[in-house]
Amino acid sequence: MSAIIRGAGAATALSTFNPVDSKKLAAPSRTNLPARSKRYIVAGSDASKSFGSGLRVRHSQKLIANAVATKADTSVTTGTGHELLLYEALQEGLEEEMDRDPHVCVMGEDVGHYGGSYKVTKGLADKFGDLRVLDTPICENAFTGMGIGAAMTGLRPVIEGMNMGFLLLAFNQISNNCGMLHYTSGGQFTIPVVIRGPGGVGRQLGAEHSQRLESYFQSIPGIQMVACSTPYNAKGLMKAAIRSENPVILFEHVLLYNLKEKIPDEEYICNLEEAEMVRPGEHITILTYSRMRYHVMQAAKTLVNKGYDPEVIDIRSLKPFDLYTIGNSVKKTHRVLIVEECMRTGGIGASLTAAINENFHDYLDAPVMCLSSQDVPTPYAGTLEEWTVVQPAQIVTAVEQLCQ
Amino acid sequence: MALLRLSSRCTGISRPLSAAFSRFISTDTTPITIETSLPFTAHLCDPPSRSVESSSQELLTFFRTMALMRRMEIAADSLYKAKLIRGFCHLYDGQEAVAIGMEAAITKKDAIITAYRDHCIFLGRGGSLHEVFSELMGREDGCSKGKGGSMHFYKKESSFYGGHGIVGAQVPLGCGIAFAQKYTKDEAVTFALYGDGAANQGQLFEALNISALWDLPAILVCENNHYGMGTAEWRAAKSPSYYKRGDYVPGLKVDGMDAFAVKQACKFAKEHALKNGPIILEMDTYRYHGHSMSDPGSTYRTRDEISGVRQERDPIERIKKLVLSHDLATEKELKDMEKEIRKEVDDAIAKAKVNITVILLLAYSTFTNG
Repeated sequence: MSAIIRGAGAATALSTFNPVDSKKLAAPSRTNLPARSKRYIVAGSDASKSFGSGLRVRHSQKLIANAVATKADTSVTTGTGHELLLYEALQEGLEEEMDRDPHVCVMGEDVGHYGGSYKVTKGLADKFGDLRVLDTPICENAFTGMGIGAAMTGLRPVIEGMNMGFLLLAFNQISNNCGMLHYTSGGQFTIPVVIRGPGGVGRQLGAEHSQRLESYFQSIPGIQMVACSTPYNAKGLMKAAIRSENPVILFEHVLLYNLKEKIPDEEYICNLEEAEMVRPGEHITILTYSRMRYHVMQAAKTLVNKGYDPEVIDIRSLKPFDLYTIGNSVKKTHRVLIVEECMRTGGIGASLTAAINENFHDYLDAPVMCLSSQDVPTPYAGTLEEWTVVQPAQIVTAVEQLCQ
Repeated sequence: MALLRLSSRCTGISRPLSAAFSRFISTDTTPITIETSLPFTAHLCDPPSRSVESSSQELLTFFRTMALMRRMEIAADSLYKAKLIRGFCHLYDGQEAVAIGMEAAITKKDAIITAYRDHCIFLGRGGSLHEVFSELMGREDGCSKGKGGSMHFYKKESSFYGGHGIVGAQVPLGCGIAFAQKYTKDEAVTFALYGDGAANQGQLFEALNISALWDLPAILVCENNHYGMGTAEWRAAKSPSYYKRGDYVPGLKVDGMDAFAVKQACKFAKEHALKNGPIILEMDTYRYHGHSMSDPGSTYRTRDEISGVRQERDPIERIKKLVLSHDLATEKELKDMEKEIRKEVDDAIAKAKVNITVILLLAYSTFTNG
């Protein structure tokens, strides 16, 4: 706890918040960034204001903070890791946290005996029992509410929506209770829930099962949103989300569960508010998250062959945006392309475009371009479905256009 | 011991007042048996007995606290009309017996969660008048630091989980709290209160199903004041027997204007929930005010009906009659008590008014917790 800078009592002025201490060593302070974007003031429960990310408060002594944005390759290249699939990484993270803290429990449909519809909770019910891995009936509104109620008393439920789209039924609980109870109770209650589940466009799953809820939830005050994209950050974000005192919505993607990667054997956590530098470059900043990261990297191969040097950043933190990393990149390249799977209207890209324009307008040589999905319900037919989502060829064209 | 019990109940009283008051309240805890006004109606269970154990101390405490609650709500009415309280203000006068009877049957480890008609329940859970009026007027000293308002009173240390604006949403939360109590083996129960209007919410039945399935110590209490805002219960529910609506879950119908019936029912429910899982209590009660301060309360019911209930079933009058018939205090002493309460409430309002309004800087604090 002493690693955090503490504000001097209630009269401290609002200030920007620095999520990772390692940044102070590696990079200059944030004061050169225009601080017009809203930051979260982290208030300790004893009403003192501390500046730091949730997980730093409790675990700064024990962690190996590997997840630094400036590190180009975050996966393990030496022989000391182990290889697994993304859903296994999520499961590993969940299991480790359940071992570590008896207050962590899982609730959702078919998470227990069935093992989870995407196998994320496989084996957990056998190990931890029915009281910690709870099979709920099909009532998202009620079991999300129950998870939030349990969190008010100090339990740390991980609520799974079998598909993110089903959580629309629990929107009231997520918005009014999950997001706002900490505020409306004057700080008396924290809601340390993790709401997770797969979303995004799959392989011809139909309109109702291909929804991107990050755009609907992003305005809810009081919640944090993160999107994982690799086994490494999936495990890291899962662990961080469980440890955080804030409600966190962890967006997974239906098509990414079988990605394979080697991850470290030792314990690690990814910072919830940090973006990930996937490929440093000079010519253009491409901001993306979740599945689109792979479309971008595929396009990047073509672009490199054509002589471009794109900088690819996986923003990971959908709320709040890591404007520090993004800003530094914009200052370097002066061109931004956002590639997302959200709908054009009111999506994450729309908010990000506004944030970049507001904060880094002077550094831009070209307007911010945003490639998003079409504003249509996702069609069933494969070719149509493909057309509604951003494809690598479109990314290449956009970069060429921006870099003229 | 009796004095300690007294002061722990009435934390809203300033010290000198409680010391003076101890002369009124007898320290006599020898049991008095009181018959409830009506028998209980049961669904899938055996109703408890109509004879309730009480004491002169409890009787006088009931009278005092209910009179305090009544005065507080009427004062809030005046404050709202003076535009010191804005937005929504839902008043509980007429329903005090439910809050008081429930408190008498349980401990502070048992949790209570309710909807937006929460001022008196907050008081019963140990909240102070100062916190109530400060919160209602949006001051920093309020129980939610002025950020919640009338519909968001909470008291974590007394297991009072609020205070919720969206109808029915607190019931799944309450079942979640009951789940946590079972998980941590607390031997405590949760009372999730809702109204006759909320009884038609789907999430209620969802939560009840899970609670029955997992044997959670959840007690769902329907405070049936017969009107969901402007809609009478017979116009909103096909089956207004709310205590039976749990189907496979046992239920009990209680005269909610009789504090002793409420106490007996809650005691019974707690024992039941700890052993057998959820149970529904329907409290037949009545609110004198409209749904909220924006509702006159007379467009959908007659003034005769309201005054009729006030004459025949008023909970404070009932206790007063009991106090007088058991010779625990004279009329004059009770009147003096009421005067004292009036002064106490007025003092609390004056003190709360002096408080500063929450400054904007604090609007962003307590937003995330590190």
